[in-house]
Amino acid sequence: MFESLTEKLQGTFKKLSGRGKLTEKNVSDALREVRFALLEADVNYKIVRDFINDVKVKALGQEVLGSLTPELQIAKIFGDELTKLMGTEVEKVKIASSGPTIIMMVGLQGSGKTTAAAKIALQYRADGRQPLLVAADIYRPAAIKQLQMLGEEIDVPVFSMGTEVSPVNIVQAAVKSAVSLAQNFVIVDTAGRLHVDEELMEELRSIKSAVSPTEILLVVDAMTGQDAVNIAENFNTDLDIDGVILSKLDGDARGGAALSIRAVIQKPIKFVGVGEKVSLTTLEEFHPDRMASRILGQGDFSTLLERAESVFSEDQAKELERKLTDKQGLDFEDLLIQIEQIKKMGPLDQLIEMIPGANNLPMKGIQADESQLKYAKAIVQSMTPQERRNARILNHSRRLRIANGSGTSVRQVNQLVEQLKLMNRMVKQHTGLEMPQLAARQIGKRPKGMQKRKKRKRR
Amino acid sequence: MIKNPFKRKKNNEAQEQTQTVPEESVNSANSPDTVEIPPEKPGTQSFRQTDSSVDAERNWFGRLKAGLSKTRSQLIGQIGSLLRSGNRIDEDLLDEIEAILIQADVGVNTTAKLMNNVRETVNGKGLKHPSELEEILKGEILNVLGESEAGIDVEGRRPYAILILGVNGSGKTTTIGKLAHRFKSEEKRVLVAAGDTFRAAAEDQLAIWCNRTGSELIRGSHGSDPASVVFDAVQAAKARQVDVLLVDTAGRLHTKKPLMDQLSKIGRVMSRGLPDAPHEVLLVIDGTAGQNAIMQAKTFNETVPVTGVAVTKLDGTAKGGIVIAVKEEIGAPVKLIGIGEKLDDLRDFVPRDFVDALFAHEAI
Repeated sequence: MFESLTEKLQGTFKKLSGRGKLTEKNVSDALREVRFALLEADVNYKIVRDFINDVKVKALGQEVLGSLTPELQIAKIFGDELTKLMGTEVEKVKIASSGPTIIMMVGLQGSGKTTAAAKIALQYRADGRQPLLVAADIYRPAAIKQLQMLGEEIDVPVFSMGTEVSPVNIVQAAVKSAVSLAQNFVIVDTAGRLHVDEELMEELRSIKSAVSPTEILLVVDAMTGQDAVNIAENFNTDLDIDGVILSKLDGDARGGAALSIRAVIQKPIKFVGVGEKVSLTTLEEFHPDRMASRILGQGDFSTLLERAESVFSEDQAKELERKLTDKQGLDFEDLLIQIEQIKKMGPLDQLIEMIPGANNLPMKGIQADESQLKYAKAIVQSMTPQERRNARILNHSRRLRIANGSGTSVRQVNQLVEQLKLMNRMVKQHTGLEMPQLAARQIGKRPKGMQKRKKRKRR
Repeated sequence: MIKNPFKRKKNNEAQEQTQTVPEESVNSANSPDTVEIPPEKPGTQSFRQTDSSVDAERNWFGRLKAGLSKTRSQLIGQIGSLLRSGNRIDEDLLDEIEAILIQADVGVNTTAKLMNNVRETVNGKGLKHPSELEEILKGEILNVLGESEAGIDVEGRRPYAILILGVNGSGKTTTIGKLAHRFKSEEKRVLVAAGDTFRAAAEDQLAIWCNRTGSELIRGSHGSDPASVVFDAVQAAKARQVDVLLVDTAGRLHTKKPLMDQLSKIGRVMSRGLPDAPHEVLLVIDGTAGQNAIMQAKTFNETVPVTGVAVTKLDGTAKGGIVIAVKEEIGAPVKLIGIGEKLDDLRDFVPRDFVDALFAHEAI
């Protein structure tokens, strides 16, 4: 998501490190490039100016200039300042101490309120709460229908009263209904509006005073430009919002809006939206430190591990380890399990992005194509159990049958067989070290066998 | 730690522009969520706001100025007062102009190019007084935007097929609603293809627009292949001999390769059913978007060559600088701009008027 900015910064720091010794002049030059990078990332002009000044003062301090690794020092200052700017704590949504928690979603048209509302409902239901979605957008054609369809998809009730009742009344009735049905987590989807639209802003103020929401969350499109600060400032002045959701961060928008908003209104970014589908993986908590390390090109390994942990069971990891050390190697059954697990972890391109250093690898240009996984799965599922366990018996007529059965071509089947061979060869070459190690990390625990082997090798 | 740099502005225009919204809502309440649209039902024009015809009389320059009032007060309002207050052209003044342009989302590169040219002219002609800068700056922006007006002319092809694309939430469906309204008021027969089969209730949203404007709609079942819906729509457009075919597509981030492939497939399907279609490929860009809009424009343009750009939400909030940057980057002219919530607040983009409106001095 922050690729381009990351590249620029890495380039800048490389230049610094190539010079051996830092002078005021080359720090200024580097910061000038950082300034452009930040501006291109849509960080607000005035914030960039102040930010660059802050970093410069610190970077020119004695410790940095005198240190042996000035570029690392500057990277650290830069990261620290970025994190500071974005807040240092992960801030969660408040839960009401009595009565239902009421979350009110506000924002401009097309910022992603409805989708974000459904994602929040799904996430808090997974946490054991009873969510209720409230359709209070009576203006945009079919907005209510959209929320109803999403509600149906994720099996969360949606409260609506059509388009002829005022939003204030709808929300009041919804809260009453939630109390009577013991729904303890009410999410109100309001209509998109421009922050300069007094009449509609007044409507939001009325809703706020009618039901006193626990939290008002402003949804901001990650692609927003310089105006992000005005939007945030206006909504905050009118409603005293509690936090921000940054949507559509799965594109290549550099998301400078995140920095700007946080700096101007001093309210935390609580979630980021990373996909148009409503699922548990497309709404993430906002981790300021992770975001900062992402900007600096250090990858986001913690999120990756968290995701992996949530889908890999310990048993599965052990089984995988056993197979890998086995002479037989992996078979198609294992491949199928792997595919399922990877799919559970979220969109492929996101996973690749999280790998530290992925921006520098040849991997960067590769488009992660989810449909390939689908084909691979179909091919394996068209095999007999015997074929799945032993790839050697796959002669031409079997391959043809599999291709027909899976709706693919023999070429695709051949490719998959080759891929499995390649995987096994790689595993053997690395004496079974890397794969199980990764699997072990994924469950947060290193299998004992692996440790021993590694030690022996070192000796 | 950092004070908000911008003052909050309230003005009457903002209220005036949106006061019809509740009115619309009542109308949409009357139409059921799922509508089957009978072709050419005369009574469906009733949704039109009574005052829209009056507004139509006002020249669009005035409306644009009103719509851009916020932009103006921030962007060139600042430049204007800067030029009036300064008494000589120096680096500080030029730097400040540069800063204002960047804050209007014109972008670092485009701003640098504009300012370089301005500097050259200033040095070449030995200009001294700030008041001389305005015409030069206007001229430079016009240079990028192009002088001539590039509207959409649907005559000469029948059906005239327009493919609408853009990222999520940019305003494609609303733009289609406004376009349908425009063509209907020109006595054209309009068919709309509900090519967004992905987003929940996207087809229903379009159906309501079609109902309001009296346009015909071809829709598939939710989740079906958009290319097949578009194929059906092209066949229907030919059979029914409609004048204009508007093809809606699902919002997609330009970074998602499979979705972009799907888009080029839709383009191919259109040209298979209708040689040289799509006749117009309209990229919809959110006026509040920042520099990412440039990447969007580039990538969409590589997928299906874009022939025109529509910039939405230019009222009240956006600064519109991205208009300049996008034109500079992909060359496709800005054809339409959305400057309000009303059905006829979609206007042809006239570069000269736009620049004049941006630079206008008097308060509205």
